[in-house]
Amino acid sequence: MAVEARPARAVDAPAAGSGGTVRRHATFTPYLFLLPFGVLFVGFVVVPAGYGLWVSLHDYNYLLPGKPWTGLGNYLDLFTPDSRDSGDFWKSMLATGIFTVFSVPFLIVCPLGVALLLNRAVKGRGFFRAVFFAPYVLGVAVVGLLFRFVLDPNIGLVNNYLGHAVPWTTDLPWAWISLIGMTVWWTLGFNAVIYMAGLQDISPELYEAARVDGASRWDEFRNVTLPGLRPVLAFVTTITILASANMFGQSFLLTKGAPANETRTAIMYIAETGLVNNRQGMAAAMSYVLALILMAVSVLNLRLTQRREV
Amino acid sequence: MRPGRVLFWLTLGVLTVIFVAPLLWMVVTSFKTNNDATAIPLSWLPHPFSGAAYSTVLTTDSATPVLRWFVNSVLAAVANAVLIIAVDAMAAYALARLRFRGRRLASATIIGTLFVPPFVFLIPNFLIVSRLGWLDSLWAIIIPSAGGAFGVFFLRQFFAALPVELEEAALLEGANQWQIFTRIVLPLARPALATLTVLSFLTNWNDFLWPLYVLYSAEHLTLPAGLGNLQNAATTNYPIAMAGAVVASVPVLILFVAAQRHVIQSVTHTGVKG
Repeated sequence: MAVEARPARAVDAPAAGSGGTVRRHATFTPYLFLLPFGVLFVGFVVVPAGYGLWVSLHDYNYLLPGKPWTGLGNYLDLFTPDSRDSGDFWKSMLATGIFTVFSVPFLIVCPLGVALLLNRAVKGRGFFRAVFFAPYVLGVAVVGLLFRFVLDPNIGLVNNYLGHAVPWTTDLPWAWISLIGMTVWWTLGFNAVIYMAGLQDISPELYEAARVDGASRWDEFRNVTLPGLRPVLAFVTTITILASANMFGQSFLLTKGAPANETRTAIMYIAETGLVNNRQGMAAAMSYVLALILMAVSVLNLRLTQRREV
Repeated sequence: MRPGRVLFWLTLGVLTVIFVAPLLWMVVTSFKTNNDATAIPLSWLPHPFSGAAYSTVLTTDSATPVLRWFVNSVLAAVANAVLIIAVDAMAAYALARLRFRGRRLASATIIGTLFVPPFVFLIPNFLIVSRLGWLDSLWAIIIPSAGGAFGVFFLRQFFAALPVELEEAALLEGANQWQIFTRIVLPLARPALATLTVLSFLTNWNDFLWPLYVLYSAEHLTLPAGLGNLQNAATTNYPIAMAGAVVASVPVLILFVAAQRHVIQSVTHTGVKG
């Protein structure tokens, strides 16, 4: 038996890729293993990706019997100024853009500061890490509800200590400041944990060498920490841009889009159009436009971070 | 203490207050009466100490049946996590260890979908779920997200890194693939399975947008969808809202403290290795 099995593996190994393959099974066995996931994957990922495209080419309202074909009509509407949807859609895209541009720097820098701070703590590192990570496990519904209360203009904790009725959720620029602040409070721990793992991977010898050379803390940070964190920074930047571009819950709960839909994000508008007003065709077209723009941003970001590495 | 050390602990202390105070305020408010919660100046102690908000949210026939939402959330999150572990582990095993026609294509397709932004699936999945008759039912929360590729990708990496010698030995002793999978690979993969279970549970428990739109009758909501509606009520009763938030927070905070290693690991795994 052993003599039989070994040569078979040796022959198969190069084609099998990493990890090796345990052979000897009926032809249909792998398909049986794949079947349960396959059904779900095809039904709720593969089919919807195509079905959404088909829906976006129709004047689709799931409550109405007729769903007339419009071809690229929905897309053309979105790019025609003064059409029914283009104004609101691009306003919501701008809101998403504003949120992304202003939240990402804070979401990259603040967690890095906390990670560096915790990395220096000898005692209680695990405890503080848990404290800063805790808001993330609560989810946006709890955090949104809590911040709505804490930032209430009249009876909120924040204005109570400021002694001044700042309109945190109803006026600009306060609404953006609240949304960004709440997002930093909520997700800081997530990025900080990734940074902390990255910091652990930097060789302590590099710091010792820097100290021998008489480097200051700032030199150490610039010449050892930052270069060592480069791949982690690139990764954190990418996922943070995507997370911010997907913003929905914070605006929905904290500002409800106020004032005058200035903080209504693209996802919020897509959900409203498709799931409240039941104009699924138009909403699907919007989500493909947003997806294409996001993919373009991702490619650009990838190019930029790669160039920096050279 | 050196001045640097003082500054260090001071910064850490201020940060801790910023992170803990809102949570403490949530708990304190949940034990206040509505009058007390809106009285100026604000007080960090309830006067009087009241359990009224909890008795309102925990009564099943109230307009805000938080207890019911809690049960729905537990059912959905547990069922979803179990389903994900079962189907993802089987698929990941086939992709990591078995040989079949189309393996490369299947792997590439599954991993490729990880790069598609999730909102693309929102509208078509809403229509599919409505055709299946799952609108306003927990099936909509349990089943569709189990088609996501992340768990298969995550477990496939882990399985592929396991040493094959044990599996080869079992094969020589006449074990079939199902026996190898359940008796050798799954026990070895316990840490990865635990991490994926915790991650799936948390993701489902906290999911907000999808349940907000596919569930609508008060008795069918999950906690996040319910809290979202609670917030939208014209007159927000803050002690009731905060009591609901506390009920939604306690299970995940307990899970987080108990399984902190797995939660943190799931972040660093997806983070550093993704």
